[in-house]
Amino acid sequence: MSAPLFNLRGVAAIFSAEMARTRRTLLQSVVTPVLTTALYFVVFGSAIGSHMREVGGVAYGAFIVPGLIMLSLLTQSIANASIGIYFPKFTGTVYEILTAPLSAIEIVVGYVGAAAAKSIAIGLIILATAAFFTPLQIDYPAMMALFLVLTAVAFSLFGFIIGIWAKTFEQLNFVPALVITPLTFLGGAFYSIDMLPPFWRTVSLFNPVVYLVSGFRWSFHGAGDVSLTASLGFMTLVIALCLGLLVWIFRTGYRLKP
Amino acid sequence: MPIISIAGVAKSYGSFTALHDIDLDIERGEIFALLGPNGAGKTTLISIVCGAVSMTRGAVRVDGADILRDYRATRRKIGLVPQEIALDIFSTVWNTVSFSRSLFGKPKDNAHIERLLRDLALWEKRDNKIIELSGGMKRRVMIAKALAHEPDILFLDEPTAGVDVELRRDMWGLVRRLRENGVTIILTTHYIEEAEEMADRVGFMKGGRLVLVEEKTALMRKLGKRRLVLTLAEPLAALPAELDGWHVELESGGSQISYAMSDGAEKGAAQIIQRLGEAGVHIKDMAMTESSLEQIFVDLVGAAAGSQP
Repeated sequence: MSAPLFNLRGVAAIFSAEMARTRRTLLQSVVTPVLTTALYFVVFGSAIGSHMREVGGVAYGAFIVPGLIMLSLLTQSIANASIGIYFPKFTGTVYEILTAPLSAIEIVVGYVGAAAAKSIAIGLIILATAAFFTPLQIDYPAMMALFLVLTAVAFSLFGFIIGIWAKTFEQLNFVPALVITPLTFLGGAFYSIDMLPPFWRTVSLFNPVVYLVSGFRWSFHGAGDVSLTASLGFMTLVIALCLGLLVWIFRTGYRLKP
Repeated sequence: MPIISIAGVAKSYGSFTALHDIDLDIERGEIFALLGPNGAGKTTLISIVCGAVSMTRGAVRVDGADILRDYRATRRKIGLVPQEIALDIFSTVWNTVSFSRSLFGKPKDNAHIERLLRDLALWEKRDNKIIELSGGMKRRVMIAKALAHEPDILFLDEPTAGVDVELRRDMWGLVRRLRENGVTIILTTHYIEEAEEMADRVGFMKGGRLVLVEEKTALMRKLGKRRLVLTLAEPLAALPAELDGWHVELESGGSQISYAMSDGAEKGAAQIIQRLGEAGVHIKDMAMTESSLEQIFVDLVGAAAGSQP
């Protein structure tokens, strides 16, 4: 029997196993980000929102929704994808993936697909949670869905790379904790960068998260800190860079295959 | 056509060479034992064939197909049981074995998985999580995973390291049954008795080199030393003149005479006994001793170490 051109069963097995891992850790995977987001609404939406009613004509509570979803989407995509590949490396079960009739693309689709699917699900749950705290308005739902999917895929790819790179659990948490979280908080999730002094506004334009939050916010309210083209262009660039790096990783076997 | 053909395979890690141009053919349906001390390169070699390690140069063909160009076809034919137990401890036995089958692109076959688990005495544990199993059980799960996609070739890397006698016997039985069903088996082992018990052919590795490949019984015939040991009724101070020119030694304080036999030396043994009778030496007992594969292995490894720069 000849081998199929695409090992769909193999990809589905990885995808299902990753989703099963989420079910086993439901509290950690879903409830925690939802609870955290709810707390953000209470602290930022209610406490600060009571002093700052509107930003750019949008109620403050509604204004922070895209930023909060993006915050969770970024951290969850990276966390899910990085642990997804790091754990088999750590336990040694990665031998099975490497010796199975799976191409690099199929391995990436399995792990990154599962990580992105989980993040998107969490993003949608947070969106639903937000509806309890503030009236929601989504002007461009198709664009919102596109941003949701692109961001989840882009940062799941990035997380997958971190998972391959990391040799220890400390390294696994290093990039998300020390790079992504600060960039996210400084990326205009809770404010418009137009509110900053000119110097810091310029500095903010070098923060990649600004482009994600801005684009996503545009899909909600039709306005953002930077142009939609810049946001989409940035997202495409992240995906292209990650894919390029993954091609190199699988060609050389970097930290995956000696 | 050999089922596996390894040609000029080398592996280097920086300046360290783990494998030096290995050439080896594995015949269809045989049990091949790869022997050698730690660090000899056994695991590296089988990991290259299975796809878990990249080779620096050389070529490997599995059932005629190149393992790099036709990796999908070749990997579907191979099952690997690695040396270390590596399992998702939170998964159940049934799920982890089914996962392996799917990973290799095979359609669901609950009857096959059930047969496998029953064969490996895991059926009662099918719903248990891996974390709840004993070490021996986990090793059985590793084998079940490797066999889940019905491979034609099974690699067993130190399959019985650290397992109890009962499990070792069970595994030997399983390996024999697999061979009867046409599965080619390549095993690495430290246990010479394992190779002696099961293998059709053995390969000795040392320092990344394949020192020797030989059919087991032929190897034992060629390199195995057979000795005739004669226990004397009365100890001798010196060998009698009748045995001058014979390769015999006086041992055990003069109470034993030993004679190293080569092929066709049975006649020589008879003559020695006859000459001792002529010299008036009475023989109380006689025995034939044979080198085990282990002794051959120790000699070979020692010789290989001595011949290396």
